[in-house]
Amino acid sequence: MDMAYLIETIVKIVVIMLIFSALAGLGTYFERKVLAFMQRRLGPMNVGPYGLLQVAADGIKLFTKEDIIPTNVVAPIFKFAPVITAATAFMAAAAIPFWPQFTVFGYTVHPIVADTEIGLLYVMAVMAIGLYGLLLGGMASANKFSLISAARTAAIFVSYEVVTGLSLLAPIMVVGSLSLIDFNNYQVGGVSHWLVWSQPVAFILFWIAAFAETGRTPFHLIANDHEIIDGFGTEYSGMRWGLFFIGEYANMFFISFVIALVFLGGFGDGGLGGALALIAKVAFFFFFFLWTRAAWPDVRPDQLMWLCWKVLMPLAVINVVVTGLVMMF
Amino acid sequence: MSIEQFKNRNVSDDYFLVDIEDYPTDGWGKFKRVVKRTFQGELFVGLWVVLREMIKFDIHTVQYPKEKMPIGPRYRAVHEMKRLWESGTERCIGCGLCEKICISDCIRMETRIDENSRKEVSEYSINLGRCIFCGYCAEVCPELAITHGGRYENASEQRAHFVMYEDMLTPIDMLKAGQQQEFDGFGAITPHEDERVKKTPLAY
Repeated sequence: MDMAYLIETIVKIVVIMLIFSALAGLGTYFERKVLAFMQRRLGPMNVGPYGLLQVAADGIKLFTKEDIIPTNVVAPIFKFAPVITAATAFMAAAAIPFWPQFTVFGYTVHPIVADTEIGLLYVMAVMAIGLYGLLLGGMASANKFSLISAARTAAIFVSYEVVTGLSLLAPIMVVGSLSLIDFNNYQVGGVSHWLVWSQPVAFILFWIAAFAETGRTPFHLIANDHEIIDGFGTEYSGMRWGLFFIGEYANMFFISFVIALVFLGGFGDGGLGGALALIAKVAFFFFFFLWTRAAWPDVRPDQLMWLCWKVLMPLAVINVVVTGLVMMF
Repeated sequence: MSIEQFKNRNVSDDYFLVDIEDYPTDGWGKFKRVVKRTFQGELFVGLWVVLREMIKFDIHTVQYPKEKMPIGPRYRAVHEMKRLWESGTERCIGCGLCEKICISDCIRMETRIDENSRKEVSEYSINLGRCIFCGYCAEVCPELAITHGGRYENASEQRAHFVMYEDMLTPIDMLKAGQQQEFDGFGAITPHEDERVKKTPLAY
């Protein structure tokens, strides 16, 4: 393997890790602020100007907190589970192009760690592996609420994998590739070429499923604070819990990137305007995650399963069939 | 008045019962309900409401240590001992009524006869750990000497810090500046009492 390629890849990985770890922290700040404003509150105000350093204070707290391993837990699995969640969230980022390629000092940089042919499949598959972090963490915790959470995690993730897969199948058929760069290039012609116009049903279904995949509010049953405490996170403290948290927020950012790249034209023709448009789209989808948390109540687990298997999955299958028929004739 | 009128809770004629549809029993009815609810757009109403509040930015937060809500003059927080306006001496005459009436038994006082053969309070303490802030002491005090104040921030290493007699007593410089606050609460003199009081008839 080429040494320059190796160094470049490592640098890219480190940059992505640093940026998205910081963004995950900053995301909590934005979440608190947005939720507070929507509820006529001010949110964090005391640490730093407008509470901006609250993130740093939380970080110090998480890092210095005692790492408690309760009795009766299956210690090795209990210790390892948060790593799975955080690691899979960041591994999924490997096939996501975060920025159009640009040239620095005559050297062309591709801001994607691995431009594989199966990029989209890889992203969805690795995100799905994140299930094991929550499942194992919940099962190893020796806590009934964690166990309920683990069971729900398995049910929800496995069910909604079907919806994400089937809803993405139709755009994949249209584009004819699994690489997110190919998706972007397919829609390069401007707003009218975006896949959201030709695949609106797939767009809505994938967006709904994204809430289940990331465990955000309408489908926040995995760690439902008001009924099962914090679910899988009940027994965790300090940085182990922080890893779950970083994983969740990183997932929110990455799934926002996937939605924007697949359905909303990504970074367009690769200019600076297109790149900033991609950031704006991602910011909107991230904001929407927070917005729904302020506006909508949670659904029951049985309603969530009903929605998945009786509504979303049939719609996704019909969408695939209709897309196939339209492409055939 | 008949009992029906008492039971009538409709304070306004505009009240009406919400029209609730019957629950669908068959599959087709359920399906129609799902479709209707899906395309009714109620979820967007919720989204709009919270976004509207965010845009209006009508914040109700009181940033507590920096800002404080005004409290009423009758608020019953940590006790205060008052001084006489003219002479500046303590109002407490050591009658012991507050000690006697205190239902949680938290006031303790010791008195003695001083060199002018007047009764003097030598020790006065309130156990705030037991005090239930009922206000009986302020009500029963014949001299308006013990009242409740507005100091509600009782965070300290020891509760006793709040009830040192010297701390409760109005400082003499505050009194001279005319800053002693009379308690308007339970047991205080009602306003315009001078006009309402009748002179003692001296005819007999």
